[in-house]
Amino acid sequence: MTSLTHRLKSSLQVVLLCVFSSHSFAIEFDMREGVTDLSQRIQGIHHMGLVVCIIVGIIVFGAMFYTMIAHRRSRHPQPAQFHESLTVEVIWTVIPILILIVMAIPATMALIEIEDNSNSDLTILITASQWKWHYQYVEADIGYYSNMSTPQDQINNLEPKSVNYLLEVDKPLVLPTNKKIRFLTTSKDVIHSWWVPDFAVKQDAVPGFINEAWTRIDQPGVFRGQCAELCGRDHAFMPVVVEVIPEEEFDAWIADQRLAMALASESAVADRNKEWTMSELLPIGKNTFISHCATCHQTSGMGQPGKYPELVGSPITTGSIEDHLDRVMNGKEKTEMQAWAPQLTDLEIAAVITYERNTWGNDTGDVVQPMIVYSAR
Amino acid sequence: MSTHAHAETKYRNSLLGFAARWLLTTNHKEIGTLYLWLSFVLFFIAGSLAMLIRMELFQPGIQLLQPDLYNQFVTLHGLVMVFGAVMPAFVGLANWMIPMMIGAPDMALPRLNNFSFWILPFAFTLLLSTLFMEGGAPNFGWTFYAPLSTTYGPPSTDFFIFGIHMMGISSVLGAINIIVTILNLRAPGMTLMKMPLFVWTWLITAFLLIMVMPVLAGAVTMMLTDRHFGTSFFEASGGGDPVLFQHIFWFFGHPEVYILILPGFGIASQIIPTFSRKKLFGYHSMVYATISIAILSFVVWGHHMFTTGMPLATELFFMYATMLIAVPTGVKVFNWVATMWSGSITFETPMLFAIGFVIMFTIGGFSGLMLALVPADFQYHDTYFVVAHFHYVLYPGAIFGTMAAVYYWLPKWTGHMYNERLGKIHFWLAMLGVNLTFFPMHFSGLAGMPRRIVDYSLQFADFNMFSSIGAGLLGLTQVLFLYIVIRTIRGGEKASDQVWEGAEGLEWTVPSPAPLHTFETPPTLEPALKMDYDPNPVKSGSNE
Amino acid sequence: MSKADNSRRKHTALLSVLAVGMFGFAFALVPLYDVFCELTGLNGKTSGQVAYSDPQTPVDDRLVTIQFLGIVGTGMPWEFRPMEHQLVVRPGKLYTTQFYARNRASQLVTGQAIPSVSPGLAAIHLHKTECFCFTQQQLAGGEEMEMPVTFYIDTDLPEDIKTLSLSYTLYRVNPVEIAQVASN
Repeated sequence: MTSLTHRLKSSLQVVLLCVFSSHSFAIEFDMREGVTDLSQRIQGIHHMGLVVCIIVGIIVFGAMFYTMIAHRRSRHPQPAQFHESLTVEVIWTVIPILILIVMAIPATMALIEIEDNSNSDLTILITASQWKWHYQYVEADIGYYSNMSTPQDQINNLEPKSVNYLLEVDKPLVLPTNKKIRFLTTSKDVIHSWWVPDFAVKQDAVPGFINEAWTRIDQPGVFRGQCAELCGRDHAFMPVVVEVIPEEEFDAWIADQRLAMALASESAVADRNKEWTMSELLPIGKNTFISHCATCHQTSGMGQPGKYPELVGSPITTGSIEDHLDRVMNGKEKTEMQAWAPQLTDLEIAAVITYERNTWGNDTGDVVQPMIVYSAR
Repeated sequence: MSTHAHAETKYRNSLLGFAARWLLTTNHKEIGTLYLWLSFVLFFIAGSLAMLIRMELFQPGIQLLQPDLYNQFVTLHGLVMVFGAVMPAFVGLANWMIPMMIGAPDMALPRLNNFSFWILPFAFTLLLSTLFMEGGAPNFGWTFYAPLSTTYGPPSTDFFIFGIHMMGISSVLGAINIIVTILNLRAPGMTLMKMPLFVWTWLITAFLLIMVMPVLAGAVTMMLTDRHFGTSFFEASGGGDPVLFQHIFWFFGHPEVYILILPGFGIASQIIPTFSRKKLFGYHSMVYATISIAILSFVVWGHHMFTTGMPLATELFFMYATMLIAVPTGVKVFNWVATMWSGSITFETPMLFAIGFVIMFTIGGFSGLMLALVPADFQYHDTYFVVAHFHYVLYPGAIFGTMAAVYYWLPKWTGHMYNERLGKIHFWLAMLGVNLTFFPMHFSGLAGMPRRIVDYSLQFADFNMFSSIGAGLLGLTQVLFLYIVIRTIRGGEKASDQVWEGAEGLEWTVPSPAPLHTFETPPTLEPALKMDYDPNPVKSGSNE
Repeated sequence: MSKADNSRRKHTALLSVLAVGMFGFAFALVPLYDVFCELTGLNGKTSGQVAYSDPQTPVDDRLVTIQFLGIVGTGMPWEFRPMEHQLVVRPGKLYTTQFYARNRASQLVTGQAIPSVSPGLAAIHLHKTECFCFTQQQLAGGEEMEMPVTFYIDTDLPEDIKTLSLSYTLYRVNPVEIAQVASN
């Protein structure tokens, strides 16, 4: 018996060691405090609920354990006969009601403030789609897509996972500290939900409707969240990353964005004024295809029957270039095929279409120039 | 021998006879057995899906299941557990026990009873076959929100809709049968306030079923017309509203979860007095509390929708109404504890499961109360905190309740005692498994892990590993349970009619195993007692 | 038929009627929801009705900011955006703003714009006398146009609402649906 317990104990130690040493994260048991006034109040409400439940639990379970020990048959052979007491029933109805009223007060006050979206300094329109976010600074008229940037190889266990595995994006949302920021959420396809735990903001993005929420962030930093409503296949792969910078730097950042957009336009102009060859376009197209298209259509181009069309010998990839362009640029309504025109450059679209038309046995010989894509916009 | 018995012996002697007997039976005990076995099979199927899900979630990264298949498994696990395991199990218990508990020879509508059952194997064959259809099975979660399910659902969605219709019809017809039985077939002298609580909770559950299953049918019909007949109930481009779907669904969905637990409450109210050797503390209170819970369940549906953009007034209303449900639920828990208090308690397996039910359902109730607080809900909603909450109320709730009932009544059904030592081992392993699986989920939710994700970031890894190990253990305990049940059916220590010393109720006055036909003539109850309640006063004919 | 049988039949019939009634109730929830939302504006839907401005409506002194947003549904090959991002308006006064649309595709495409207002409670106070969202819009391949919205915010707008957002989500529709939408 001792040797068995000894062996069980050491096995348990080994298991715990394996479990805890393989990760470099401290285990968090509590809801985070966050970086806004409301997120802290919400943590407080969580604590209040937890404490009330623990106390009631101790009383109720305490009574149960006591009676199981003190009133078990071997100890207490003669059961009592009492039953029914209106007084007792009233007492244990009224007391819980009073406790609930007390709990409802801070919750109500916090909720009133949460739902007060007035007097904001800045509005961000957040448009969700399968499976990425689009952020538009309404007053500054700047917008961009934000895609998860964790490589597929990490997901498929071919590479070690980075510290921010599944919580990193190519272009985070950038916000200033100490300003009241109003978020408007909507969607282009299905319901998604934008959630940043550190702000305690979670708001559904419903297609055809806008919802509003707000926050005011006390300190700079990088804050990560995720989509919080099942939205299809890659629901787990559309993280939210917000980079909060001091308010003084925010205007400069906006100016930088405009500059970057101008530069991108310039290089786009250069790209479309050039005549590209097949051999120049194919590697760019292949890269683009693997980054954006292969998750559904597969690297083999075979797609998934009943769900994602195959591109091998399909009417679109071997038919008219115009239809192919339309499909890639504008997507297909009521399906997961999204509109790539706002998300990819002329060069990328031209290259990926050229790639699709000349791979896997498709040999149209077509070379699509970025200029053609540009004029189709 | 009655002509009934003649007809039955004619069937027993061939394979064809065997099939005919089970296909055509109108006997409540046989139909009860059919429901219970169907539920057990579907419990294993849905449980296997859970095993695969937890295997995938054992570590970060995608190892076993591609994202879309994972979503299909999550969806089917929920649908089959809710509609295929829990509901049929409770209906099976209702079929077996209600007629005996009220002194009736059978259900009021025996042929309807047969039909209600036999719809289900077809419905679930259809639902599970969607896994093999092109485009795969439904992949939008058991709550099938629009437009993910309407516009973007796979082709099999229409079969899913058809399956739901069939399950709904089965439930509604079964519920009608139960109400008509309870209202009309009680033995003379058994007033409503003398019925066993299991019968009461089923009476109330049956009303809930009749009121909300048709609403679900309406919702899926609207889905079907949105998909194929040009309507736009939930399609914004046609002037519809996806959030309308959620209102209609949860108007069904919230009472549904009370449908999934109320019979469990009834079972606890039968078992705890028996093994405490003491009457249920507050019979009337328990009845009124159950009725209050049922009524309140109709006005809280919005608490599933706090993040959809509801205005402040609506959020406050649903918060207060939801918090209020804690009151009658608490009253029930206090009554069970007061029943045990100063009793003379023994801890046979049914009692262990019943006590486990009370403790862990209460824990699930606590997380439910926390979820009701809207500001906090903004952090809990659609995270594993919610998954922890509902698994606590469903698993140690509905499933432990069912297991407790099975252990409690198996000796009456089979004539054999189950093996007590194995039963206790089952219980303790199940307790360990359930807590190891679902308790860490509170923490992964609080740490920020969303629901319905095939892969997760690294800070959730430890919690997930624990949950997956617990799930493996839980899976093994089901096999143990199956073994115990089969072994008891086949043999074991002979059970007396009374079976449990402290048990009261008409079912304990018939032989063990209960003959195919019981109470063909109604029993005479003891003369009315001076008090107008008495939870289970009735023993047929004889004096104490 | 015995009294017991009678009772059973009566109960069965009543319960069946209840079940069928609840099925109907599910469908009744649809207009009920619409009525509730229209009365309160709670889901941000504007009424879709042409409003007629009352020339006697007193013009309020206070200023309200209204933002304009355009979203394009997947599969809709139009460029679509507001020509001005916001206006600062006085309740009671009529204003017009334009949205720009261009059909990038080479064939005729029909679109339907679905409006949404946030906060929801402001929706019933926004009245449109002219809006491209009242009907489907068609553009030939490559065609572009400016689409006006003429509106006023009534003076009953709650004092604490100082900013509201009006968004249009543009969906591709089949022209065949024109009859259905117009009757909405």
